[in-house]
Amino acid sequence: MKHNLRRWLAQWDAGELDFTAKTASPELPQPRAETEWSKEPVRRLERRQAAAFNRIYPVLAAILCTVMIGFLFFTVSELPAFGSSDSPAHNEVTKRYVEQGMAETGAVNTVSGVILDYRAFDTLGESHVLFTATTAVLILLLTAQEEAEPKQQREIMQRDPILRQTAKIVVPLAMLFGIYVIFNGHLGPGGGFAGGSVIGGALILYVVSFGFERLEKLLNLKTFRIIVLCALCFYSLSKCYSFFCGANGLETIFSAGTPGRIFSAGLILPLNIAVGIVVACTMYGFYSLFRRGRI
Amino acid sequence: MLQNLWDHRIACAAVVLFAIGFATLLLHRNLMKKIIALNIMDTATYLFLTSLGYISNRTASIITDGVTEMERYVNPLPAGLVLTGIVVSVSVTAVLLGLTIRLYQRYHTLNLDEIYMMAQQEQEEDT
Repeated sequence: MKHNLRRWLAQWDAGELDFTAKTASPELPQPRAETEWSKEPVRRLERRQAAAFNRIYPVLAAILCTVMIGFLFFTVSELPAFGSSDSPAHNEVTKRYVEQGMAETGAVNTVSGVILDYRAFDTLGESHVLFTATTAVLILLLTAQEEAEPKQQREIMQRDPILRQTAKIVVPLAMLFGIYVIFNGHLGPGGGFAGGSVIGGALILYVVSFGFERLEKLLNLKTFRIIVLCALCFYSLSKCYSFFCGANGLETIFSAGTPGRIFSAGLILPLNIAVGIVVACTMYGFYSLFRRGRI
Repeated sequence: MLQNLWDHRIACAAVVLFAIGFATLLLHRNLMKKIIALNIMDTATYLFLTSLGYISNRTASIITDGVTEMERYVNPLPAGLVLTGIVVSVSVTAVLLGLTIRLYQRYHTLNLDEIYMMAQQEQEEDT
């Protein structure tokens, strides 16, 4: 076992681990053998230059690293005292967020109030970054090829009784916990990103232990697109509305409510749910794409 | 200076982590290790940011008992910034891994030098 692991690591280090061999498409050019290009004279000259470069490069890199560490340590030693309340990082912006935050946004959790109300534009961009990343990975990996993983191996994994029984207990609990974290985002520690990751993890565990086939009826590429697009559009439009009203001094239909109640804090709860949906779908989508090349 | 460094030991740990990531990024030719190194550097940044927001003897910035005085809570802003950073780094990692898989499918290696050589040769053959 130990020997296997070491050999695997050595292969990984040398970059010759063949974990996508089955996915290589036949129409792509296959890599040439070593002998083919090492015989050309021009190539040999370039290789000699490359060898010289390879000798100097680690030294240069080490010097660069050392200089950078020196600079960073010098900067750290000049920082204002750690943990003191009068460092310039704690200025009037923070004071306003803490002292007026609950009255203005209705969120007990100040961080939620900051990222989903005062700085909601930031979080909107963030959700779109996630969406764009999923799209990019989708473009890169979505190919009409056979699944990367051998079917036999997957069946062995799915027949594992320990995994299945554990998943039966853990998946519903994890889902419930994720939903709790999302709905609790404005009342305590939590929020859309944390809860969405928990739900995404539960979905991944389900898929690992029971196979993609069952979940596919509920969550395939089509529903994935619809859900994520609806969540993002809801986020954008509702935030456009509240920004427009805020800039013109109008009253919005979303009131701050009583802080501490679950249906309070205006838009923060719906936005947390939208973000949670996007994050959960994205986590599952990444896993599915990397494991079998499609959602 | 040494006393100050000891007071900022969390920031020092962040610097060391950042340096480990940076050195790995520069010295290793394996694309997978470069991605891991990038993630370590991200983590170092978050550690540093969070340590900047900390104020001693104060609680997390969740309003309890209706007390809204600044003197009771730590700075909520770095927490929000770190949250943004984590999401962006997850996205960047996913895109990098996707690109790496495509490179591996085409060149059957994760070594950057070999990939570069093969790509150059392909380019020469095309022209």
